[in-house]
Amino acid sequence: MIGQLIFIIILVAAIYLFSKNVGKIRRNILLGKDTDRSDQPAKRWRIMAKVALGQTKMVKRPVAAVMHFFIYVGFIIINLEVMEIMIDGIFGSHRVFSKPLGSLYGLLIGSFEVLAVLVLTSCVVFLIRRNIIHLKRFSGVEMTEWPKSDANYILCIEILLMTAFLTMNAADYKLQALHFGEYIKAGNFPVSSLIAPLLPSSAHALVITERVCWWFHICGILAFLNYLPYSKHFHILLAFPNVYYSNLSLKGKFTNMPSVTNEVKAMLDPSFTPPAPAEGEVSRFGAKDVTDLTWKNLMEAYTCTECGRCTSVCPANITGKLLSPRKIMMDTRDRITEVGKNIDMNGKDHDDGKTLLDTYITREEIWACTSCNACVEACPVNINPLEIITELRRYSVMEDAQAPASLNNMFGNMENNGAPWKYSQADRFNWAENK
Amino acid sequence: MEDINPEVNGNSEIENSKSETFKVPTMAEMLAEGKEPEILFWVGCAGSFDERAQKITRDICKILQHVGMSYAVLGTEESCTGDPAKRAGNEFLFQMQAMTNIEVLNGYNIKKIVTGCPHCFNTIKNEYPGLGGTYEVIHHTQLIQQLIDEGKLKAEGGESFKGKRITYHDPCYLGRGNNVYEAPRRALEILDTELVEMKRCKSNGLCCGAGGAQMFKEAEKGNKEINDERIDEVISINATVVAAACPFCMTMLTDGVKHRDKEDEIKVLDIAEITVRANRL
Repeated sequence: MIGQLIFIIILVAAIYLFSKNVGKIRRNILLGKDTDRSDQPAKRWRIMAKVALGQTKMVKRPVAAVMHFFIYVGFIIINLEVMEIMIDGIFGSHRVFSKPLGSLYGLLIGSFEVLAVLVLTSCVVFLIRRNIIHLKRFSGVEMTEWPKSDANYILCIEILLMTAFLTMNAADYKLQALHFGEYIKAGNFPVSSLIAPLLPSSAHALVITERVCWWFHICGILAFLNYLPYSKHFHILLAFPNVYYSNLSLKGKFTNMPSVTNEVKAMLDPSFTPPAPAEGEVSRFGAKDVTDLTWKNLMEAYTCTECGRCTSVCPANITGKLLSPRKIMMDTRDRITEVGKNIDMNGKDHDDGKTLLDTYITREEIWACTSCNACVEACPVNINPLEIITELRRYSVMEDAQAPASLNNMFGNMENNGAPWKYSQADRFNWAENK
Repeated sequence: MEDINPEVNGNSEIENSKSETFKVPTMAEMLAEGKEPEILFWVGCAGSFDERAQKITRDICKILQHVGMSYAVLGTEESCTGDPAKRAGNEFLFQMQAMTNIEVLNGYNIKKIVTGCPHCFNTIKNEYPGLGGTYEVIHHTQLIQQLIDEGKLKAEGGESFKGKRITYHDPCYLGRGNNVYEAPRRALEILDTELVEMKRCKSNGLCCGAGGAQMFKEAEKGNKEINDERIDEVISINATVVAAACPFCMTMLTDGVKHRDKEDEIKVLDIAEITVRANRL
């Protein structure tokens, strides 16, 4: 009874804390400017099914794709087991599904165990790739202490959880063989039966092992749940809405800024009266800080799991330039988190004197981009770092008048001669002269 | 990278060509004669001013004339689409250019456009409609593919590419930007030659380094030029011809070949040039 009470308290506290932190992230995301991504729902569901659920963009790197798939399927399927654990915890039952499900239960437990081994193995391989082989993709200026630790924590926690799960089952399996108490026969336990011989043989020690593992497993899961909002691992939740709200246009198509259209129309046609700007609309061109970006940009920042596929295909990064698309996303997340904390602590209009551009992302980074869309193509969850880079450039050029000098020359040429180079418009047709 | 060869209309050689003189019709002339061409050829700034790209522009005209397609150009009425300004963040300048161009295009009642440059192609096709300019826009490699599929264009009577190893460099704004991967390859497949793909091709293609207005500025500090990185990949697969489909890629790849001292071994040719050569137009 006491156990049930403790369990319920822990469960409620964990869910409350998690909801509170998710609420904060939601609030932070909605600090971004509005953008309409509600069109074509059927197409959006399809893309979500394909890219998020089906993980079709992961396969570009097959090794990682297979391992990740094990962990992903493991995560989803083992949730059934977690459901049982929750019910057992609340009602003080033991393996509540085993009776109603009958032989299917044994099959399910068997598949959970196989998946658990696959998850465990994948996590070990991932740890090796990060910490022993030192895969280049997992290094870079933005991969500082915290992001590296974050990745390792996630993998270690998953290994511990799976180990606890298998040990728990092994103890259970042994107790079943002893026909001890409530431990009734519930399937074959294909994996844990193999490690069972490693466990002590006394029923008392086995019960302690089983209970400790049970509590460790479920408390670990609840703790992990509450770790998510602080971690890159939050992608397991946001990947789905983030893909749903993907940009459905062709990658080459950049937005035409309506605020600029109005001004240009007024310039070309003096009789044109631009519509009054919508209420609350910031009159800034481009983005200087995270709140100038759209909510989708900010959602993407929280979705990024820092896998570095974007950076590894970025032509600027490959050739040693400062730009790293992953850093653009991580900086955006760090900054919006900071802005959110400022609001919590100092109220809505607090100015901490920092901005995304310059404090976090330097001009050198944004001017190294070739807008080639390789990063966008590479992202398994349809994150678009190029949109953010473009917005920062727009601010630099249109608000700050701080483009590189050679680009200012190009602008001047285009304005005066209708070409980015210094050629006369009158010479534009010379190429056709009798060749 | 900052400057292109300022020499306009030098006496560049037209190898393998019948060297027939041709007259390029302008929209203004067409209008005066009360005619409407089937398609407008949007030449683009590089195609108009860059010496190397001018040759490709003329080759596209040769193809159009060879198949007897009625076309015209804007000539001196054409102006930059605004692409480099837009990618650089100067949305004002972009929209000024766009609206001015749209006025000209709509004034001539243009319905269909073929461009010689993926940047012009992308901008007019995707970004002009929102500003009042909606046209059917194709890139010249798509036109070539259509002509091949219709049987109007073959690869015969001209230079043989036999024994050469040709690879195709995907321009970002044609490939990833607009998912056009097969059209340019189709033009190469009809050649009697070996097509080899680089590891980074199609949607994984590596940029030449010129996009996003990089063409008009010095590269930021790094340890390698992007075009050298690309040419190293070309060298690694022992290709002897790199097919391009973008004037900026053309400049970057040609420079890369020069940097690696491979001018004798590796030729950079536009799909239009290859087509013209293969047919001796």
